[in-house]
Amino acid sequence: MTDIKYAAPDTIEEAVAILAAANGSGRVLAGGTDLLVQLRAGIAKPGTIVDVKKIAEMTTITETDGAFRIGAAVSGAVIGEHEALRTLWPGVVEAINLIGSTQVQGRASPGGNLCNASPAADSVPAMVAAGATVTIQGPDGRRELPVEKVAAGPGRTNLAKGEIVVSFTLPKRPKGSGDAYLRLIPRTEMDIAVVGCGVSLTMDGDTCTAARVGLGAVAPLVLLVEDAAKALVGSKLDDAALEAAAEACRAACKPIDDKRGTIVYRTKIAGVLLKRATAIAAERARSH
Amino acid sequence: MSKLHVSTIINGEPTEFLCDGRQTVLDVLREQLSLTGSKEGCGSGDCGACSILVDGRLVCSCLMLGAEAEGKSIETIEGMASGEELHPLQKKFVEMAALQCGICTPGVLVASKALLDRNPDPTETEVRYWLAGNLCRCTGYDKIVRAVMDVAAEMRETAR
Ligand SMILES: Cc1cc2nc3c(=O)[nH]c(=O)nc-3n(C[C@H](O)[C@H](O)[C@H](O)COP(=O)(O)OP(=O)(O)OC[C@H]3O[C@@H](n4cnc5c(N)ncnc54)[C@H](O)[C@@H]3O)c2cc1C
Ligand code: FES
Ligand code: FES
Repeated sequence: MTDIKYAAPDTIEEAVAILAAANGSGRVLAGGTDLLVQLRAGIAKPGTIVDVKKIAEMTTITETDGAFRIGAAVSGAVIGEHEALRTLWPGVVEAINLIGSTQVQGRASPGGNLCNASPAADSVPAMVAAGATVTIQGPDGRRELPVEKVAAGPGRTNLAKGEIVVSFTLPKRPKGSGDAYLRLIPRTEMDIAVVGCGVSLTMDGDTCTAARVGLGAVAPLVLLVEDAAKALVGSKLDDAALEAAAEACRAACKPIDDKRGTIVYRTKIAGVLLKRATAIAAERARSH
Repeated sequence: MSKLHVSTIINGEPTEFLCDGRQTVLDVLREQLSLTGSKEGCGSGDCGACSILVDGRLVCSCLMLGAEAEGKSIETIEGMASGEELHPLQKKFVEMAALQCGICTPGVLVASKALLDRNPDPTETEVRYWLAGNLCRCTGYDKIVRAVMDVAAEMRETAR
């Protein structure tokens, strides 16, 4: 077994430099709940591990003018304890808090969930629905990317060599907004989503004025389902609009058959979860 | 192989150790520091037998590198009793036979204590969700959950 170098720099600049110098064998370590499992299984063979949890910008949550910036390496447990975030983005927080057990929550981060690039990652459909963007830093400086553009396929990202996801930005939202995330798993805890659905809405009275829908575990990438959002916007979330949005979700599915669910089942469930998550998001929007 | 020098606090004691870049905290605790109370059930975050607290936060020690312990305060099952005096949770687990083979027990106790420290009055549902990452092949969980609920009630009584 080869030696692994471990570094825990205090600044993003240093982390990027170490990663870039590792010639493709460097890996970022946030909570390690994916990376250390892969290391032990021999799937990941890093030469250098760059622990980013000493970098302040990556481990803090800040609010500016109603917009939130969540450090990519903040743990699920810390996110779940953030009152303001829970109030404004309950769907994002519940999605992150669904990841694993209490122990896993103590370490697992949204950055790790996104960069591990599993199509079933729970926080990603909720982040997509929220319209979150990530700030990425690399050897050539900073850039921004919508969350849905980060994964390139199962286990692959669009990050270039030396690039690190620094933080997520959740935009300021108008009054009357709410979000929700639901996943279907065969048990109540500790399982991988068969389908995950995030919905974020803005309501003006009974009319939906803005919507975004994210779908997970039904395609190689987490999907932004724009047709579902179009079906909801302008409607009073009546049965016809909900059915049209559900149909758009079913049409967007390109799932696999596996032990957790068949193609037919996953496709059907995508529509069911869309309707249920929309109902919860609308309820929350009305109480804001 | 170059070793990393790590300074940490374990159960209140300043502790130093050397580890390599792939050793986990669980490896270090068990193999280097002879703290074998934390168990390895799976090594992949599923079973919770390796549960410890790091700066007060419950984590799986099999999913944390030894190197990450630098500057941290760690609590393990070995720190739970005060000398010969068992913690109320430990006493209750013995009294109510909330264990059989005992492999899951250190992790369950560490996790249960973490729960009661932050929530002295949990519902049964809260106990079950909190302990969802602690697998037990023997007890069927019922005795564990009842023991935790009982201790919570008794500790609330004494705190009055
Ligand atoms: C028992 C158990 C249960 C689980 N249950 C769930 C579940 O229910 N739902 C779910 O979605 N996932 C689940 N997971 C998977 C895992 O916990 C999550 O994906 C978690 O969010 C990963 O975050 P992390 O900080 O631990 O990532 P790490 O393991 O630290 O990193 C994951 C990957 O992303 C890279 N990376 C991390 N941060 C960055 C960054 N900022 N920039 C660039 N690259 C980065 C790493 O190099 C690595 O390749 C579970 C895992 C375990 C062990
Ligand atoms: S040994 Fe760590 S969770 Fe099983
Ligand atoms: S007592 Fe045997 S695993 Fe729990």
